[in-house]
Amino acid sequence: MGARLDVRKTYKLYIGGTFPRSESGRSYEVFAAPARAGATPRFLANAAQGSRKDARDAVVAARAAQPGWAGATAYNRGQVLYRVAEVMEGRRAQFAEEVRVGEGISPSRADSLVSQAIDRWVWYAGWTDKIAQVAGNPNPVAGPFFNLSVPEPCGVVAILAPQESSLLGLVSVIAPAIATGNTAVVVSSKDRPLPAVTLSECLATSDVPGGVVNIITGDAAEIAPWLASHRDVNGLDLTGSAGVEGLAWGELEASAAETLKLIVRPGGAGARAEEPDWAIEPAISRMTTFLETKTVWHPKGR
Amino acid sequence: MSSAPADAAVDATARARDFLGVTRLTNAALTTWLHGLPGVDQVGCEARAAGLGTRSIKNDSKRWAIDLAISMIDLTTLEGADTVGRVRGLAAKALTPDPTDLSTPRPAAVCVYGDMVAAAKEALGDSDVKVAAVATVFPSGRASVPVKLLDTKDAVAAGADEIDMVIDRGAFLSGNYLEVFNQIAKVKAVCGAARLKVIMETGELVTYDNVRRASWLSMLAGGDFIKTSTGKISPAATLPVTLIMLEAVRDWRDVTGEQIGVKPAGGIRTSKDAVKFLVAVNEVAGEDWLDNHYFRFGASSLLNDLLLQRQKLRTGVYSSAVYIADDSPSTAY
Amino acid sequence: MPTFEYAPAPESRAVVDIASSYGLFINGEWVDGHGTTFKTVNPASEEVLADIHEGDASDVDLAVKAARTAYSRVWSRMSGADRGKYLFRIARLLQERAREFAVLESLDNGKPIKETRDVDIPLAAAHFFYHAGWADKLGHAGLGPDPQPYGVVGQVIPWNFPLLMLSWKIAPALATGNTVVLKPAETTPLTALLFAEVCQQADLPPGVVNIVTGARETGQAIVDHPDIDKIAFTGSTGVGKMIARSIAGTRKGVTLELGGKGANIVFDDAPIDQTVEGIVRGIFFNQGHVCCAGSRLLVQESIAEEVTRRLQRRLATLRVGDPLDKNTDVGAINSRAQLDKITQLSEAGEAEGAQRWDNGCPLPDKGFWFRPTVFSGVTQTHRIAQEEIFGPVLSVLTFRTPQEAVAKANNTPYGLSAGIWTDKGSRILWTADQLKAGVVWANTFNQFDPTSPFGGYKESGYGREGGRHGLAGYLKGSN
Repeated sequence: MGARLDVRKTYKLYIGGTFPRSESGRSYEVFAAPARAGATPRFLANAAQGSRKDARDAVVAARAAQPGWAGATAYNRGQVLYRVAEVMEGRRAQFAEEVRVGEGISPSRADSLVSQAIDRWVWYAGWTDKIAQVAGNPNPVAGPFFNLSVPEPCGVVAILAPQESSLLGLVSVIAPAIATGNTAVVVSSKDRPLPAVTLSECLATSDVPGGVVNIITGDAAEIAPWLASHRDVNGLDLTGSAGVEGLAWGELEASAAETLKLIVRPGGAGARAEEPDWAIEPAISRMTTFLETKTVWHPKGR
Repeated sequence: MSSAPADAAVDATARARDFLGVTRLTNAALTTWLHGLPGVDQVGCEARAAGLGTRSIKNDSKRWAIDLAISMIDLTTLEGADTVGRVRGLAAKALTPDPTDLSTPRPAAVCVYGDMVAAAKEALGDSDVKVAAVATVFPSGRASVPVKLLDTKDAVAAGADEIDMVIDRGAFLSGNYLEVFNQIAKVKAVCGAARLKVIMETGELVTYDNVRRASWLSMLAGGDFIKTSTGKISPAATLPVTLIMLEAVRDWRDVTGEQIGVKPAGGIRTSKDAVKFLVAVNEVAGEDWLDNHYFRFGASSLLNDLLLQRQKLRTGVYSSAVYIADDSPSTAY
Repeated sequence: MPTFEYAPAPESRAVVDIASSYGLFINGEWVDGHGTTFKTVNPASEEVLADIHEGDASDVDLAVKAARTAYSRVWSRMSGADRGKYLFRIARLLQERAREFAVLESLDNGKPIKETRDVDIPLAAAHFFYHAGWADKLGHAGLGPDPQPYGVVGQVIPWNFPLLMLSWKIAPALATGNTVVLKPAETTPLTALLFAEVCQQADLPPGVVNIVTGARETGQAIVDHPDIDKIAFTGSTGVGKMIARSIAGTRKGVTLELGGKGANIVFDDAPIDQTVEGIVRGIFFNQGHVCCAGSRLLVQESIAEEVTRRLQRRLATLRVGDPLDKNTDVGAINSRAQLDKITQLSEAGEAEGAQRWDNGCPLPDKGFWFRPTVFSGVTQTHRIAQEEIFGPVLSVLTFRTPQEAVAKANNTPYGLSAGIWTDKGSRILWTADQLKAGVVWANTFNQFDPTSPFGGYKESGYGREGGRHGLAGYLKGSN
């Protein structure tokens, strides 16, 4: 008997808690990062190539899931996020392998990135029931009123996940958006989509309600303009616009201005977009940017 | 004759049953009704009152308002030390508020204890100044119902045109609205032709919700006026409390067609304050209440301040208390 | 029986001294603008108050250069404590000259002296007082240990609360260490120009505050200027979107306080008399020229008739007229253009079948006026339920259940303000949770305070002004 023929995985989209192929029927070849310049790329898989209609369906799913997710207690959201870390821990070998081949790094480096990604979920799991305390406060107005400011999720956030950091960067943009009660439509790294698909499988099995995170693999240059202009999207994270050919983040921001979406600009200076350093502890602005502050007044009387 | 008062009280109960749509007037029925009245937000109510207080009244309007306010005063003395002489002095002041200007209107009434009614009546003669008597064991009201009724009858018999009774605040605060109702109805029944002012002692009721409920209860039981205070408890007549009462009489008329009077009493000392109350009357209840048949000030020192302002408007110079003749003048001079 | 007449009680104009012409305030000095001049008029009489210089792009550039120099040489090197002291000085000067500011604001804007005297000017001073105290405590604001200012901030403000909006903009900008180029609205520049005098009296270093008057092009020049680090704007959603587009792809910061179509929800157990007051305050305060106005009244069907009846009675006591009369409740519409817009939308309301009534009060012959007006029988699809009228016009809609009230309230691209009237505490909290609005007033309306963040969801803008949250808009990377 020869070696067992392995069963390969089909990499699909993740929309509304299910794993459809692209409505367009398209897929694209994903290759391992070349070991050296000029080497023939090694074929890894065919990923679904998401379309604008997949993005549209994902927004519908995210909108439908949003009130329930925002309405869950912060404690509950924290537990769900922690559960994601737990489930990822159980599949770390798969993640490490996908990160290693996708990013072309050493096994130990890949393992370290997986660890950081898991720990990032844990970090944000701890934030869910604290962000309102940190970002909200009572206001001592000059009158007989009770006055309290509390942060609330803005709604549906479209996220361009980083192109380079296929797992740690991905988690670092998804977790802050959903920790506070937003739901997300995520366009994965185009060339390194496999960890995103595996992450979606973890999300599907870790009590994250369907529709809270929707992941579309494919080309941000094709999909992002539709999300930036989508009138049912409330926030737009442009982080992953760095390094995408044919995609000017300023144009996406201008398009988003039509409905005044909340924006996270990409790293870098001026028009140049750069991917941030994901190893450092994130600023809470990744959460607070996608929050609205609601201030409630009530008279105090007998 | 002796059964007539009882019949009148029975009539009030029948009317209340009809009004509430119940077959028997019980405390539970009254509670359901009173607690179903719209609530009052304290902060909003006080803000509205403060807003009314910012109206600026000038020139002819002020002249008119001052005369109106004078005509609405129940000139009051309610002291243990009251004597016939003191009451006569007050009556004389009512008849001639400002001897230097005989065009000055007269206050609506002189308000005294029941045992001084005869003296007041005699001093006022057949003038249009009425005599109001506090009754029902004013100011506390802590006595048995027969005693309160006797107190009332005594004042009516002595010639009182108006009776200022106190409600049983203890009964009200303990939730016994039926007892409060019955007492008012019984007192009303022995008032005869005298108009009944129901003192709620709002300073003891404390909340505006209570003031609103007590106002409606007093009107239901037959009061001709609802009145804030005895003047013996602070706070007495505040503008927000009066605002609640003006809303109550306004809404009562909408429902029943019946126009009930309002009397803030105690603590209103200056013309400026009085004008604020009149603005509130005008803007909240409406101009139908700008008449001493429907609005009164229970006050003593207020009259002299109104007279000072009246002299200022007449002469163009600020006046002094020494130009205001009074039987109990200010001791500052 | 005579009725209660309120004799006119005009506030004296003598306290203000309006020059015939005003230049721009740049680098602590008055300079002529290079654009044309325009006139600012008293909307209550159409009397021309002054000629105002229009700043063009070159003037804006001068102002930005002055602000940049002041920032790098003086303001960014000054201790927070000293910046705070300048703001305290300004607050005190505003209090000292309060009557002058109030009269001038009423003249230029048309709003009642009662409001400028009791709301606009005291609140403007309070904003400086509040932010003065922050200047040396920014590390305690929860926005990082050493938050940094943007640098030069461009600010464009509206005509509805001229000095108050100026204070909402300048006080936090200066407290956080930024310098400012501010453009007041073209119909209401006078109090901003008087404020420049206050800056001089306070010995504020030249260039820290620059006031450039003008209209839309002047504003655009500020927004587009490459050396401006952050834009703060209050005004229409349309212009707000243009600004957001203009700065897209740059690293400029931005805060926008835009339009609204606030729902004021009245449940059947509301404290009815205070509710009627709140409805009136919600829509007729400042002639309804309020972005957070409660312009959509949502009344529970079971009490709709009663509320309408009480509202009609209350409106009969509203006094419309001379803004300088202390008894005026509703003043003049700010401009002919605004009056035309209000008139046009009201006609649309009638054409769409809503029932219109107003309080029938007499209006002055000259000037721009509109009677307090209420439309009943309005539905969500009517233009007057969707578009911001920005005038004394209330649309009354009904609902049957709390869910329906919330759904209707949120059925708008705006999300600035909302009101809730009920005596049931848990219903207030539930409703407040559901409403997509930045400011929710429960059993009150149109309350403002420097400590209380203000700003909206969705198309009502970005960011908050006031309170700890307002500081974030002026500190880099903290929002």
